Amino acid sequence: MIPLSHLLIFSAALLVIGIYGAVVRRNIVGILLSIELILNAAALNFTAFSRFALAGDQEAGVIFTLFIIAMAAAAAAVGLAIVIALFRVRKTIMSDEINLLKW
Amino acid sequence: MLPLTLLVKAGLYLIMAISLLAAVASVSLPNIFHAALALALALLGIAGIYLGLQAEFVAVVQVLIYVGAVITLVIFAIMLTNRMADRSTPAKNSLGAACLAVAAGLFSILVRFIRSTPWPETTSAPAPGTSEIGQALMGPYVFAFEVISVILIAVLIGAMVIAKKDNPGEDAP
Repeated sequence: MIPLSHLLIFSAALLVIGIYGAVVRRNIVGILLSIELILNAAALNFTAFSRFALAGDQEAGVIFTLFIIAMAAAAAAVGLAIVIALFRVRKTIMSDEINLLKW
Repeated sequence: MLPLTLLVKAGLYLIMAISLLAAVASVSLPNIFHAALALALALLGIAGIYLGLQAEFVAVVQVLIYVGAVITLVIFAIMLTNRMADRSTPAKNSLGAACLAVAAGLFSILVRFIRSTPWPETTSAPAPGTSEIGQALMGPYVFAFEVISVILIAVLIGAMVIAKKDNPGEDAP
């Protein structure tokens, strides 16, 4: 078993990579990809922590991970639907070209 | 525990390195389609790390839902929205250097906290199998399970309603 701190450092790296991508990407689909990275970092942390918990408590972290995966799938579905609807109206999905609140 | 434990450890570190490289590629590649494929590689690597943590069920769910469904959905959205004509548009905005500095600072703070905290080094408890997970899902977590099924139904309908074409007769612009 590799030490818990190495797993935590790995998921911290995933988190900051995801934050960087979510800030600097212009394409909204790219921002959604970065958000998936952030959610994966959090989900990995839950399973890693629960693996080092006492026996009988370990299911909680795994179930949290499953719920995060389900919520991330839901977020991706709604986000991509919004992207497609936005592209149909505005003909662009660059986040800095979408500067109208109302049209 | 395992006879191949050293090999398994080395494999896990290799998978971590590959996932990190793929994650970096997925935020920095200018072509969004290549970025989605790099993200698929990173998610596969994370599934491998779940296997190393003896959470086989989560690993399989990760591959099925992320690599199978979410990446497919993302690629569909890219193909529906990408303007293949104008390749010259920059993929990043002007915040790159500042955000890199902030991210590096956040990462160094997190690493310092992680390294200065005493974590449990080993575990002797067996990992929960699929039957334990299923019983916990139907036992103490059954309310959350029901709520997330309602949320998934709502999301399914909502995504269809948002993404569908407007009726041409109603208020076509």
